[in-house]
Amino acid sequence: MGEYPSRSVNATAGDSGVTSGYARGAGSGVSPSSYQEPPLGGGSALPKKTRFSVETGFRGLSTAAGAMVLVIIIAIAVFLVSKAVPALQANTANFLTEKTWFPNDAEPVFGIAALAFGTVLSSIIALIVAVPIALAIALFLSHYAPRRLATPLGFVIDLLAAVPSVVFGLWGRDVLQVPVRNFSVWLNEYFGWLPIFGGEGPFGQSIMLGGLVLAIMVLPIVTSLSREVFQQTPGMNEEAALALGATRWEMIRTAVLPYGKPGVIAAVMLGLGRALGETIALALTLGITFNISFNLIENGGNSIAANIANTFGEANATGRGALIASGLVLFAITLVVNMTARAIIYRRREFRDSAA
Amino acid sequence: MAKRIEASNVSSYYGSFKAIDSVSMTVEPKTITALIGPSGCGKSTFLRSVNRMHEVLPNARIEGRLTIDDQNIYDADVDVTAVRRMIGMVFQRPNPFPTMSIYENAVAGLKLNGVKKKALLDEAAEKSLRAANLWDEVKDRLDRPGAGLSGGQQQRLCIARTIAVEPQVVLMDEPCSALDPISTLAIEDLMFKLKDRFTIIIVTHNMQQAARVSDKTGFFSIDKTGDPGRLIEYDDTQKIFSNPTQKKTEDYITGRFG
Repeated sequence: MGEYPSRSVNATAGDSGVTSGYARGAGSGVSPSSYQEPPLGGGSALPKKTRFSVETGFRGLSTAAGAMVLVIIIAIAVFLVSKAVPALQANTANFLTEKTWFPNDAEPVFGIAALAFGTVLSSIIALIVAVPIALAIALFLSHYAPRRLATPLGFVIDLLAAVPSVVFGLWGRDVLQVPVRNFSVWLNEYFGWLPIFGGEGPFGQSIMLGGLVLAIMVLPIVTSLSREVFQQTPGMNEEAALALGATRWEMIRTAVLPYGKPGVIAAVMLGLGRALGETIALALTLGITFNISFNLIENGGNSIAANIANTFGEANATGRGALIASGLVLFAITLVVNMTARAIIYRRREFRDSAA
Repeated sequence: MAKRIEASNVSSYYGSFKAIDSVSMTVEPKTITALIGPSGCGKSTFLRSVNRMHEVLPNARIEGRLTIDDQNIYDADVDVTAVRRMIGMVFQRPNPFPTMSIYENAVAGLKLNGVKKKALLDEAAEKSLRAANLWDEVKDRLDRPGAGLSGGQQQRLCIARTIAVEPQVVLMDEPCSALDPISTLAIEDLMFKLKDRFTIIIVTHNMQQAARVSDKTGFFSIDKTGDPGRLIEYDDTQKIFSNPTQKKTEDYITGRFG
């Protein structure tokens, strides 16, 4: 029934095309026999390849853009190393094991140990808190929630990613700190025998507060990427699981989670990258101390990026070099994290590629 | 092992669209029943209604009564996962789990049903792969990805996965339409073999296939796009292909449809 109108539309379109073609030929006053240009499909001798075309130009442009990335990376690396090396040479302590940070003194003493430890610890806490929640939200959005709820909810979560980190930092310092302090006191009272919850206080501006703020910040990335991956699970694999008598959760365990695993790992690593590099939120929420302690609730903690933000203002030449050296360590940490993630994804590649 | 299926006045809907209208048929145990008909006539919808896979799609619902050995599978207190375990399904495109090995695919259904003992799983894997005529081809590479097999092998792996949970009925939704003739022949041979143990319903576009493998044939058709599909004729395969009672059936099987 629906076919007749479309057929007649096609017919008219064809008619007009023929007519206009004829009209053009007649208008130019050239008879078909003295037609100069060969038809598009060829017909005469093959034309020569154009020497300079848009094609050549575009290839050059894209090659240049690709090369530019390498040049920029090398330039940055050279710059950072050239600034860091003099400071490291002036250092009177071992850079890797020293905990304190006095690079501006006449005899500079500084080391990365406490900062790197704080960076990694706060990020790990952030992931421990954020990843299970993020995966639960992602599964809810992709496989449980009705569409008219999933769409706005997903939008709200993406909106969370758009909140500037300084706002998160201020919020964490002014709003979240009080409940975290109360919770810390409670933890200390009942679980004080655990080293991570021990100590005499004061509590509040702790690794736990910083980790929680970081958790909220990495939550949207991990959630929306995982959700995307879960949604890409082939429908026929989900049906296969259901047809074997799986419940919805069993179907997710059999088909969705294994399929999405590499994507989830990538999402978590991206979240970890954000947590490791986060500066201002941690500078505002951590207690800023230079020691290595697994205590999560006492005031204290520090991170490489937060330290750069806090001390860059009053740093002299050596101090700036020291901060740049700490930045290089941060870069090395993120590089290791990324390569680990790639290795994990690569290991079961065979099982994914053959699926395509 | 095999059970009788009885459909009475089954109508299936997608939202407000009625896909099939009041289909009634009885499928005897240990037979092969073929469902044929033009595209969009509701054969697959009917097939998916038989193991309650129809309702997986949003807004899909069904009316009427569908019983397996006199128990209505659409009763409110029936566990839908139990129905699907009892009535297995093989899909149009081979769909082994891409992240699993051949072995893991074969025993996926058993693992879902809580079988954990390695010895039991090993035994079931070999038994079902043998039953699916696949064992000799894969026995040396059971730990390789299931998705690395050829299309025909993948489909037999899916059949092995389906029969590993020892269902009563096996539904096949155009199982050979993505396969070459040799793989198709392998699957047809397999169907004859499985007939001893299972009730089989197969949807097919290939009328020679229906004539070759089935005991009974049901012909579905629609009047025009937008109308629900109906079961036009259901009878012994020989009768359908030699002397159908309905004019529409005759037109379709002789290629004079539409």
